[in-house]
Amino acid sequence: MMESGTQVTCRYAGTDFDATYITDRDGMAVIKLNNGYNIGVDPACLTVVAPAEAVKGVGMVVKQDTSLPQLSIISTGGTIASRVDYRTGAVTSQFTADDIMRAIPGLADIAQFRSDVLATILSENMTPAIWQTLATSICDEIKNGAEGVMVTHGTDTLAYSAAVISFMLDTPVPVVFVGSQRSADRPSSDNVMNGLASAAAATSDLGEVAVVMHSSTNDDTCAIHRATRVRKMHTSRRDAFRSIGMAPVGSVAYPSLDVTLSKDAVRRRPDTEPVLSARLEEKVGLVTFYPGMNPDVIHAFEGYRGLVVSGTGLGHTSALVIEALRSLTDAGTVVVMTSQCLNGRVCDRVYDTGRDLLAAGVLEGENMLPEVAYVKLMWVLGQTNDTEEAARLMATPLRGEFGRCSDNGF
Amino acid sequence: MDFDYAALGLKAGIEIHQQLDTAEKLFCHCPTVLRDVEEHNGEFFRYLRATVSEMGEIDRAAREEMMVMRPFSYYAYDTTCLVENDEEPPAPLNPEALELSLTIAKMMGMTPVEQVHVMRKLVIDGSNTSGFQRTGLVALNGTLPTGERIESICLEEEAAQRIKDQLFSLDRLGIPLAEITTAPDMHTPEAVKSVAAYIGMLLRSTMQVKRGIGTIRQDVNVSIAEGARVEIKGVQELRLIDEVVRREVQRQVNLVAIKDKLLARNASVDEGSHDVTALFKETGSSILKRAKAIHAVCLRGFDGLVGCEIQPGRRLGSEMSDYARKCGVGGLFHTDELPAYGVTEDEVAALREAVGAGPNDCVVLVADTKKKVICAIGQIRRRAEMAFLGVPEETRKMLEEGSSAYMRPLPGAARMYPETDVLPVTVTNAYYDALVLPELLTDKAGRYVQETGLDASLARQMVYSRRCGLFEEAVGRGVKSALAAHTLLGTLKELSRDGADIAAVPGEALIDLLVRVETGTVAKEAIPPVIRALSKGVDLGVAISAVAPSVSREEVRAIICAAIAEREEFVREQGMRAVGPLMGVVMKELRGRADGKVISELLKEEVGKVV
Ligand SMILES: [Zn+2]
Repeated sequence: MMESGTQVTCRYAGTDFDATYITDRDGMAVIKLNNGYNIGVDPACLTVVAPAEAVKGVGMVVKQDTSLPQLSIISTGGTIASRVDYRTGAVTSQFTADDIMRAIPGLADIAQFRSDVLATILSENMTPAIWQTLATSICDEIKNGAEGVMVTHGTDTLAYSAAVISFMLDTPVPVVFVGSQRSADRPSSDNVMNGLASAAAATSDLGEVAVVMHSSTNDDTCAIHRATRVRKMHTSRRDAFRSIGMAPVGSVAYPSLDVTLSKDAVRRRPDTEPVLSARLEEKVGLVTFYPGMNPDVIHAFEGYRGLVVSGTGLGHTSALVIEALRSLTDAGTVVVMTSQCLNGRVCDRVYDTGRDLLAAGVLEGENMLPEVAYVKLMWVLGQTNDTEEAARLMATPLRGEFGRCSDNGF
Repeated sequence: MDFDYAALGLKAGIEIHQQLDTAEKLFCHCPTVLRDVEEHNGEFFRYLRATVSEMGEIDRAAREEMMVMRPFSYYAYDTTCLVENDEEPPAPLNPEALELSLTIAKMMGMTPVEQVHVMRKLVIDGSNTSGFQRTGLVALNGTLPTGERIESICLEEEAAQRIKDQLFSLDRLGIPLAEITTAPDMHTPEAVKSVAAYIGMLLRSTMQVKRGIGTIRQDVNVSIAEGARVEIKGVQELRLIDEVVRREVQRQVNLVAIKDKLLARNASVDEGSHDVTALFKETGSSILKRAKAIHAVCLRGFDGLVGCEIQPGRRLGSEMSDYARKCGVGGLFHTDELPAYGVTEDEVAALREAVGAGPNDCVVLVADTKKKVICAIGQIRRRAEMAFLGVPEETRKMLEEGSSAYMRPLPGAARMYPETDVLPVTVTNAYYDALVLPELLTDKAGRYVQETGLDASLARQMVYSRRCGLFEEAVGRGVKSALAAHTLLGTLKELSRDGADIAAVPGEALIDLLVRVETGTVAKEAIPPVIRALSKGVDLGVAISAVAPSVSREEVRAIICAAIAEREEFVREQGMRAVGPLMGVVMKELRGRADGKVISELLKEEVGKVV
């Protein structure tokens, strides 16, 4: 197979076209004509003219202003910066501080940056092991003087990661998760605004783990969401991330980058060391109940130390499933009930079904999001082997993951 | 203004952009309808930024668009979706649009691309919410009957319509466009016009392209041997296309002449600029008096050239002004046109002194905020430097009547990369071979003349009409071609001019009406009032009996007899000469409810009896 970038001529439609070979696809050779267009042709029509030229490095030098706050950017694979090679059409994600600062020039006016590329994965391939590395790495950065940490992350599982880090790391400085919903190569991408806003939030008075993303389809404001209250609520829109059950803890205006924090936002605690408790129990599951569910689905979690159920309404399942859950709790599995309504609190004391669930040993997950309850249970069971203690921790708000009182919506 | 185009080495090519009349847009399932901006049901705004390329460079056209960073606003409608908002990945390439573009390709003898790849073409002027236009090359290498080569056809998405300044309307974004590019094979303005007209006819022959102003746009590439390639965008009217070419040749000839003068004068552009704000503290020019900063640059040896006309209504100064506007300033002043606009002779003298300008020099000044002024002076110096090379390569936009203004540099070739969200589409030989070609409108007009005896000029009008299908149907049902053509072209146009809503007239009713006239059950004179009734939603039967209840021969005879009786003396005096005036009286009475031929026949009979 030819190397991408090889100069070729292509005999096509009675003419010899000069072109650049790009790749093979579905048995065709994809070439880029001199007018910029790619077309797929029979590989037999190509003649090599010259080998691919080596890609030149980027000349622009990045200057860091040492009088600005020190921030760290930790990459897990989500792209907030990319570069397009118009010669071959290749889009490459950018992860080093220099590359990101080149792609988002405004960053250099906000802070000085160092970077750490932790992983380059699609966010759906995230694992508890990477979460542990990530928590450790963030902790190290803070201990080494970072006044704030930005974590770039694919948006699919960004909320899970942000929530689990909240439990694993008690941070005195802002730890801001950020991503982009629209690819960073496009001039309309939300990457620049989200990147600048998250850097602004990371230098602010915030002192907790947060997610900073567009708050509407307009390029005017980013919301600062508490990591344990945020959820991706749209497949593709810029404003997919929404705080559930509480208002965002702050906002960043664009292009001014003025940060506003609500009274609920946890504040920065200078001279406080971060506390890391990185152990996670991996034998924890999350399952959505649906009408007609075969109890075998629940039995599949036998041997698990924890299971979060996303039930209907106030937190219900069918009678058959209750029996299956009882056999799990009898065997020592901690079972926590949440609601697929996402909004509102679980209450298993209103209907018989709920009372039966409580009798079966199922814990009420208050108004925790199912995913948050899942990562919290992993963390709680990583901290204790005692079921009673686990139940107590699950019923205690540790990182603002639920409120004693439900937000009245006004 | 007439040039020896062969001696000048004129080369021109065109790019035709034709909106396709498909049911859905190119990359989403929204309808391809244009809306009234008043009907928008949402609005949002965004910034666009050019991405850094592999070489660490931003495309030169993109860089200029970015000089002033400001948000673009968009109007959304209940006929647009998240794809137009750049909030959802595109749907697969619309197969109807692909088939149509390949049909057009086949009509020009082109070779289809084996596998069509959709690209993202960088466009950051706000007209595409994404910052790029999706486009795919579908066919290569065709020829017109007159020998000009067609280089390519691309299928691309239409841009959003600019309402004003930074505000765009999303209804148009995503309508499929066929972009047809010719080789630079035309060597006279007239050849450009006839090629554009031929391709336009070919496109209309498909009967599946949008019609009306703005649905077809021509970009013209023009160069002369001593000049440079200039692309003039947005020629919406065919009648102006040759004039656009003539005026661009004129512009290039004049810019080359200015270059020669500058070199002969050993002219130069001053490195620095001067802050002359203080000079205009007490000026009578309100623009200058209001300005926070006024900067000036001296162009040595340019005296008289900046004000030199290069095209009707355009001077070298207008070109500099276009460049300066990219920085957000309103325009510029130069000493070739001063004193004027409230600037006195003394102020001009002071200005010349302040920048050290001699009598052969021209001073250009800009007034605005300091930041914009510094940017604008840089742009003016840049354009002044280009004058030494003659004609800069540029993308320009057409102005009214055929002159043009600078828009942006010609884009570099390398501003495209793959649209990874759209899968490539394979075009097989079997698929391409099976495409059925429509009859060319010119062939169809010839056929009408031959088969139906229609007059050649009416035939040409008929094939270009939206009602061509109705014509064929009417003639197929026995209506004489002349009656059908006159009604469908002339009568409808007249009624429309008088305010009738012709679009509301059902085609089927029109044909029925024509058939009834042809068979003599409805009088020809009744056609206009019946159509007017149809346009108000009245049923054909009801319309005919209301406007023109059929009148029997005997009833007509009775009306004639009554008319004669009333004027008996007159009729006896005039004899058969009375038939003419009586005809008018009776026709008025019957208001088209009877055929003129019948009236005339009976009238002669009855008058004969009296005489
Ligand atoms: Zn749409």
